[in-house]
Amino acid sequence: MPFDTAYEAITEEADSGHRWAFGTGFADPLDGVDTTVPDGVDGADLGAYCLMLGDDALIMSHRLQQWLARAPELEEETALANIALDLLGQARLLLSRAGAADGSGRSEDDYAFRRVEREFRNVRLAEVADADFGGLIARLLVFSTWRLALLTRLRDSRDPVLAAVGAKGVSEVAYHRDYAAQWTVRLAGGTAYSRARIEAGLAAVAPLTPELFAVTDVERRLVAAGVAADPAALREEFDTVIGTVLAEEDLAWPDAPALAGVAGQAGRHGIHTEAMGYLLAELQSIARSTPGATW
Amino acid sequence: MVGLRGAGGAAGVLALAHEIAESVPDPELPMLTLADLGILRDVSADGDRVIVSLTPTYSGCPALAEMRRDLTLRLEAAGLDAEVRTVLSPAWSSDWITAAGRRKLAAAGIAPPLPAPPRGGPVPLRLSPARREVACPLCGAPGAEQTAAFGATACKALYRCAACGEPFEYVKEI
Repeated sequence: MPFDTAYEAITEEADSGHRWAFGTGFADPLDGVDTTVPDGVDGADLGAYCLMLGDDALIMSHRLQQWLARAPELEEETALANIALDLLGQARLLLSRAGAADGSGRSEDDYAFRRVEREFRNVRLAEVADADFGGLIARLLVFSTWRLALLTRLRDSRDPVLAAVGAKGVSEVAYHRDYAAQWTVRLAGGTAYSRARIEAGLAAVAPLTPELFAVTDVERRLVAAGVAADPAALREEFDTVIGTVLAEEDLAWPDAPALAGVAGQAGRHGIHTEAMGYLLAELQSIARSTPGATW
Repeated sequence: MVGLRGAGGAAGVLALAHEIAESVPDPELPMLTLADLGILRDVSADGDRVIVSLTPTYSGCPALAEMRRDLTLRLEAAGLDAEVRTVLSPAWSSDWITAAGRRKLAAAGIAPPLPAPPRGGPVPLRLSPARREVACPLCGAPGAEQTAAFGATACKALYRCAACGEPFEYVKEI
């Protein structure tokens, strides 16, 4: 049954099992991709690492989606929706890669909708709520600067799937970083009020920043195996880029102590802030209230 | 089902599969086909099956799922024993949009992408909106101004012509 347009194809009744939303039968984004774990790499470690990077993208994407219908202008709403969609796409690839690598065979839906808070491995920066648009821009600046540095290095990963996710993600996140950097400069150089908002945003995210460069045991082993990007090695590029952005309008990086974890553990170990539970309650509500639903 | 050893021979089956794959439209840019977009990477044989390989444009682009679905249905309708596979590497570049695709975009009032930046190495930071020499697809005047870095789909930015004042979409170079 050929269709004249793709719209006709997706509105056809016979196609009702193939929409792009929860419960409607996603196509595996890694369908047909060779997901063999490279020699000398521990599959469980690789799966755990993919969850870290996938959860960063999934949770940041959800926070961005919460801005829809709340952004100051339509253009900004469109931008935030696009950025959220890019990150959701990265999350889908990474969560699917996790299930293929760790041997569990779990799907992207299993990871996104059927884990509890302690099992999520995202950095806490991704999950905190934004006080206002200035707060969002500061958080997006830090997140995208850090993630771009990470994805740039991931292009050389020995895992071909991670290398591909890195190569694809670089051109996407480069746009995100430019967007956040340009808004940081505009807010700082605008009115006294807009400058105060971006300064408050930077003050809010500064305590969450040291966590981005902490190295877990999983990452240490995968760096040695040539698979992961060393988080500690991202700091120099991060400081250079943030310094360049802030210098444009004489902003200062806030001198703030790191947000403490629990017994030295934070997001990468499943220790989150209070905001995470509320976020997951919303993200997972349909999947949990109507398990196995299809429509 | 027609396998590669079926009527018409392997070459004929592959040519048919290629023809079908080329004809599938993009749901968001319906003037373009998979071939115009440059996301159709390969049509080959794996034993007795036809393998059609596609590469996604943006990681989160929902259009790919629909194009895959549409392609699978069309291949089935033609009686082909075929499988659609995803290829992640090398990542898609807007440079892969064909000359015909660029003409179709411009004819639909969408400015085609400029050459993509080189890959590999560090990514330069842009502290002011991208300065691109985008010509208006409607009146042809140069020097359009970017009004938004992101558009209605992941692959586009918004511009306004300095001469005729018409707003238009530009397919971003990646």
